[in-house]
Amino acid sequence: MSYKFRLDIFEGPLDLLLYLIKKNEIDIYNIPIAIITEQYLEYIEAMKSLNLNLAGEYLVLAATLIHIKSRMLLPVHDEDEIEDEEDPREELVRQLLEYKTFKEAALNLDKMTLLGRDIFNREFSDEDEDEEAERPVREIGIFELVEAFRKMVAQSAATELMEIDVEKISLSERINEIIDELNEKKTLTFTDLVGELHNKMRLIYTFLAILELMKLRIIKAYQTVSYGTIRIRLAVEN
Amino acid sequence: MDNLKAVVEALIFVSEIPLSLNKMMEIIGDAEKEEITGIISDLVRDYNERDGGIFLIEVAGGYQFRTKEICAPWIRQLKATRPKALSQAALETIAVIAYRQPVMKSEIEKVRGVDVSGILKGLMEKNLVRIVGRKDVPGRPIIYGTTKKFLEVFGLKDLSDLPTFKELEG
Repeated sequence: MSYKFRLDIFEGPLDLLLYLIKKNEIDIYNIPIAIITEQYLEYIEAMKSLNLNLAGEYLVLAATLIHIKSRMLLPVHDEDEIEDEEDPREELVRQLLEYKTFKEAALNLDKMTLLGRDIFNREFSDEDEDEEAERPVREIGIFELVEAFRKMVAQSAATELMEIDVEKISLSERINEIIDELNEKKTLTFTDLVGELHNKMRLIYTFLAILELMKLRIIKAYQTVSYGTIRIRLAVEN
Repeated sequence: MDNLKAVVEALIFVSEIPLSLNKMMEIIGDAEKEEITGIISDLVRDYNERDGGIFLIEVAGGYQFRTKEICAPWIRQLKATRPKALSQAALETIAVIAYRQPVMKSEIEKVRGVDVSGILKGLMEKNLVRIVGRKDVPGRPIIYGTTKKFLEVFGLKDLSDLPTFKELEG
């Protein structure tokens, strides 16, 4: 099998299909679906036999190809229909061309002179950023955050307040507020964010917002010592 | 100001990130914008004429000194690092994001025909891609864009500095 060395270089089903089109010197606007489908399925079989982890996307495209092939086989009944009916291959061709364009764009990007590969700038160590950085900072996980949250809730429960109007808070609003605040102040402590909140709803939403932001990797949480102050900063400064 | 040229050069030299014109004006205070841009052009020319190991480049909305490409093999030895190459998958993904931003994950996956979760995570860890917000459609999906770091790494002044493709328009 001459093709087994190529299998792992395909970036996906569209890449494989493009390769087959190029290999067979086929006009992309007029793909002989039967031949291409057959070859495509051969590759998939080869991948299976080599025990390669066959991504589901390859099978989806196989199904699409077979579907197109079956549509191409259907007889067209009267002449008018030929005009109206779009080529079953049209959507696939559009997708292939779009992918091809971006594949070329990616190649072009790779040809540029890249910082850290082709050219370099002066590097600065960020150790002397602030005095606190002298102590090793470790990134913390969800459990430390939950513990901190439990403490805050316990404290806020002590000052029981009556609530009449339920303030409408949305999670995305709170997320945006936190991002804005971080953009302005660079770092915030966990207490800054939830400390003075007497409203339990708001407290919970703030906490959910922090968890969501951590999950999305927009923010990072740090502390210097276990059970110490939790500091939050943007993962990417922008 | 007598030693404006020296000051501008020194500021760019010590700045950690590409130093913007606005920042320079803010620091220097009593210099006209044209005066500073003129000096920067002089500096760029000086470094080019000198033909040394570094040059001054306009990148990511500022100015920065960088080493010449011909010096790369030795610098890599000094830093004892492998060249930081991006994989084909990462390049394709960042190409889609760069040209189509702001873009949803599902849109990237539609173009590439494969799941991009892992690649996207990697690009975000490298600070090349960031979440720019959520799209105002049902489900409020996250939308992604490129970062300032992306401009720095690819040596672009801004996004309009990306190589153009007729095919990518529209």
